[in-house]
Amino acid sequence: MSDHHHDHHSAHGDGHGHGDNYAVHYSARDYAIGFVLSLILTAIPFWLVMSNTLAPDTTRWVILGFAAVQLVVQMVYFLHLSSKSEAGWNMMALILTVVLLVIVMSGSIWVMHHMNQNMMPGMGAESTHTMT
Amino acid sequence: MSEINAAVTGGSISADVSGRYIAREHHPEQGTLLGFWLYLMSDCLLFASLFATYAVLGRNYAGGPTGAELFDLSLIAVNTGFLLLSSITFGFAMIAAQAKNLAKTQMWLVVTGILGVAFLSLEIYEFQHLIHEGAGPQRSGFLTSFFALVGTHGLHVFFGVIWLVTLLVQLGKHGITPENFRRLACLSLFWHFLDLVWIFVFTFVYLMGVLP
Repeated sequence: MSDHHHDHHSAHGDGHGHGDNYAVHYSARDYAIGFVLSLILTAIPFWLVMSNTLAPDTTRWVILGFAAVQLVVQMVYFLHLSSKSEAGWNMMALILTVVLLVIVMSGSIWVMHHMNQNMMPGMGAESTHTMT
Repeated sequence: MSEINAAVTGGSISADVSGRYIAREHHPEQGTLLGFWLYLMSDCLLFASLFATYAVLGRNYAGGPTGAELFDLSLIAVNTGFLLLSSITFGFAMIAAQAKNLAKTQMWLVVTGILGVAFLSLEIYEFQHLIHEGAGPQRSGFLTSFFALVGTHGLHVFFGVIWLVTLLVQLGKHGITPENFRRLACLSLFWHFLDLVWIFVFTFVYLMGVLP
């Protein structure tokens, strides 16, 4: 797979296994699949929100679900991420990032939500409308 | 891993010497792409904090306009289309570069760049429109976090376009060398990453912002 830009290295035979760890083969088929899926996964949430088909609360969760699915689709078909890319280090870094991301996001939202709720009367979430 | 093994056991057996040679030859590229991936992951954390900020402040309108009043979803849909289209045209550029087809690579890169600029123009138009309506970043917590998040994404796209133009010059000068191919591979990761972040921008900021 990686041979195309390593032609000039003569001693390639033995180490073939190493090369395959990071090489990406860019195929039109992958991009086409990714593009069509992304298009569908983008169009449906836009349509759901613009046409008000579902109740707002349901819509919220449904479009978040679509975003999550599209995330996976683009990672697989556009970023060519698999458990084998870069000998697994890409996936390791991604998992660590997701863990940190969840901590940062859920932590901030949770803390700030409770802070808003525990404000003294007149200083709570409602009154922030009048403050910047 | 292979390099460590080769370093430990190598030297005494001749087969290991060639193994070590391979590991060294391959190491630079593996390093670049993995290193760039690590940069993207740290960029992810940057966006995560901006998303968290928006999640906290996104409904603090301070008596000002709300997302439902401000956002024009059809404009955002067009912009999303531009970015998604630019993702696949960059893919075509990578396929052409892989086949060592310089002219086709440059052609698809130019198309990608134009789509990137189209995305940026629409975004700047939107920002100008908002500021003109008095909904600038200083109006409310919601608008501050909105401009910070969407603006940071736009800034990334802007630098991506600059990088793309730089690579076009490099390609024109040196052709598809292994170095240029590696740079293209990095930029392709960056470009697709921006499209990935945009999924959450349009879902979380625009679509959910319009919902009551």
